[in-house]
Amino acid sequence: MTDKSHDPNQMTGAAMIVRAFIDHGVQHVFGYPGGAVLPIYDEIFQQSEVEHILVRHEQGAGHAAEGYARSTGRPGVVLVTSGPGATNMVTPLTDALMDSIPLVCITGQVPTHLIGNDAFQECDTVGITRPATKHNWLVRDVNDLARVLHEAFYVATTGRPGPVVVDVPKDVQFATGTYHPPRKSDVHISYTPRVKGDATQIRKAVAMLANAKRPVIYSGGGVINSGPEASQLLRQLVEATGFPITSTLMGLGAYPASGPNWLGMLGMHGTYEANMTMHDCDVMLCVGARFDDRITGRTDAFSPGSKKIHIDIDPSSINKNIRVDVPIIGDAGNVLGDLLQVFKAEARKPDIKAWWQQIAQWRARNSLSYRKNNDIILPQYAIQRLFELTRGKDTYITTEVGQHQMWAAQFFGFEEPHRWMTSGGLGTMGYGLPAAVGVQVAHPDSLVIDIAGDASVQMTIQEMSTAVQFELPIKIFILNNQYMGMVRQWQQLLHGNRLSHSYSEALPDFVKLADAYGCVGLQAHKPADLDGAIKEMISIKRPVLFDCRVAALENCFPMIPSGKAHNEMLLPEEATDEATAKAFSGGKALV
Amino acid sequence: MNQPASAYFLEERHDPTETHTLSVLVQNEPGVLARVIGLFSGRGYNIESLTVSETESQKHLSRITIVTTGTPMVIQQIKHQLDRMIPVYRVVDMTLTGSSIERELAMVKVRGGGDHRVEALRLADAFRARVIDATTESFVFEITGNSSKISQFIDLMRPLGLVEVSRTGVAAITRGPEGM
Repeated sequence: MTDKSHDPNQMTGAAMIVRAFIDHGVQHVFGYPGGAVLPIYDEIFQQSEVEHILVRHEQGAGHAAEGYARSTGRPGVVLVTSGPGATNMVTPLTDALMDSIPLVCITGQVPTHLIGNDAFQECDTVGITRPATKHNWLVRDVNDLARVLHEAFYVATTGRPGPVVVDVPKDVQFATGTYHPPRKSDVHISYTPRVKGDATQIRKAVAMLANAKRPVIYSGGGVINSGPEASQLLRQLVEATGFPITSTLMGLGAYPASGPNWLGMLGMHGTYEANMTMHDCDVMLCVGARFDDRITGRTDAFSPGSKKIHIDIDPSSINKNIRVDVPIIGDAGNVLGDLLQVFKAEARKPDIKAWWQQIAQWRARNSLSYRKNNDIILPQYAIQRLFELTRGKDTYITTEVGQHQMWAAQFFGFEEPHRWMTSGGLGTMGYGLPAAVGVQVAHPDSLVIDIAGDASVQMTIQEMSTAVQFELPIKIFILNNQYMGMVRQWQQLLHGNRLSHSYSEALPDFVKLADAYGCVGLQAHKPADLDGAIKEMISIKRPVLFDCRVAALENCFPMIPSGKAHNEMLLPEEATDEATAKAFSGGKALV
Repeated sequence: MNQPASAYFLEERHDPTETHTLSVLVQNEPGVLARVIGLFSGRGYNIESLTVSETESQKHLSRITIVTTGTPMVIQQIKHQLDRMIPVYRVVDMTLTGSSIERELAMVKVRGGGDHRVEALRLADAFRARVIDATTESFVFEITGNSSKISQFIDLMRPLGLVEVSRTGVAAITRGPEGM
């Protein structure tokens, strides 16, 4: 027998986990200890390469890791215990799956001999998280652990990124086995994501683009996920073609909001010009987006006259909701690079002056307009001021979910990718505050602002304590209208103005709450006070809860009513009670 | 178009559906079948028949044969969704290959006496079903064939004293020298 006691690769399962973190360049882990992960926490205690950020609830760890991942392009790492630790992670895992965010989540599990016995803090973690992850593993043998950990990082970060879970029973954490550094053979040979697009399809696409009379580029989160290069290539493609470009909620920042070809966001609360351009176009180039139902409106009336090109890394995104003419499977950046090269070599900028004139007419409708008010802060105005006063600063924005999220998307202009973190697919209230924590961990010197609502923010407000403990100067900018605004808007539009449980009674005093957490509370009531208060917030180098009291009954427009097409948008000036009633034909008596 | 008040587009499409047989080659590891089944239940796809067994034990490969129905778009979705699962090697639509052979095995228990018993035996012979168990008042027949032949046989046994049926579900393979 050989003496293995001096073999540096002989170690416990717990040590392997920390070692794998280091080998994959992990600098920060978000987590919460508990019985089934204590051996791993013991290893974390005895090293200094990986910093652990202690959250206040496991959901907070998950969203923080998502914010971290989206603002850096690196995987977010989470460590939680068995049972409730794992079940509390289900929301962020599903959120990350819907928005294609790479997360590696390590969960503790009860010892292998107790699995299935309803042991204390046991749950079927792999069973529960199977539909919430890209893939998951239960490791029953310490000698499989290194391979699985490396595969987990690989699967999370390649192809269409997504969350993965590695469930590690406590006896496996204690057991000693052989560790090996990452190697190719760690990965299932059946897992082969396609990165490079088919050359023939790309040529077909270029021919279509070159002959377009009324083209549009519709880009999405896939461009952001592909990395900063993809955004650069997208910009070059817009420049080379002269085409108008719109983007999904997830794709904001890939093309700069100040760019001349920018139409604004599309979809349910997108701009009139973006949606009309989509509806009337003859060639649509969709890059890294998935024809989600918030984007398309009525699918049978979606862009009826266009030929559609769809670039996506996930073949299952092709023809899922909308039938496309030229699918190209591959990584957005990779395909854009090839497409641009072929376009430059073989095509010329088509003459689309008439199309731009048409778009100018749609733009002139000024669909994001709102009436000014000198007495009450309008939420749109608050976002505009926040945008203006943070211009030129190194700013990252996260949001919760609801009206404030849509207003942020409409009124905050993003110039760069990876600056905008929002829960798009799952629509998770409570995402923004912990996501801001994660972003600030990754970018300690940047200005990180969570644009929040008074209802959403309370879902994960306990993470203020995390921000204070780790000296993360996040700014929570609450548009406080004392309502679940989007719920109320739908009740007004669709349920006869019966505001069933959408009013936030007994709201906390956010300024006092800030004080209680040991951070700073600010408040603004009047438009005249707003700029000063925002400037003060920016200047404070500590976490801030900013209670921005806004108009209570403001609604979010423009809007595609449910069951309608892109060209049936309701614009703000048209949103009279009568017009609204008509647009929502199924709706009952209205406000 | 009138629809009830909703944040979603509620109208359902009623495109014609098709039945397809899919062969799925997977890594035989814990939970792999749960993943495949969970995909179908989670996304609302139909499973008409499901047959699973390890087919290459040294490589730990299992073959899953699924008969499913859906619109052409849904069938395409199912194939893509299966294909992107980590332990799935290949998905082949046997129906599209146009030359696949499908077989199913059933064991059919019939109880009775007199003319019914004679008639059951006579029909079993016509269908090339084998008697694999017999008592003075019952038979168990083993029958192999495509699903419609088996269903037809079972229908004929019903008035003759059908007790119960155990069916394997469909197994499928392509004709000719090429494998999947």
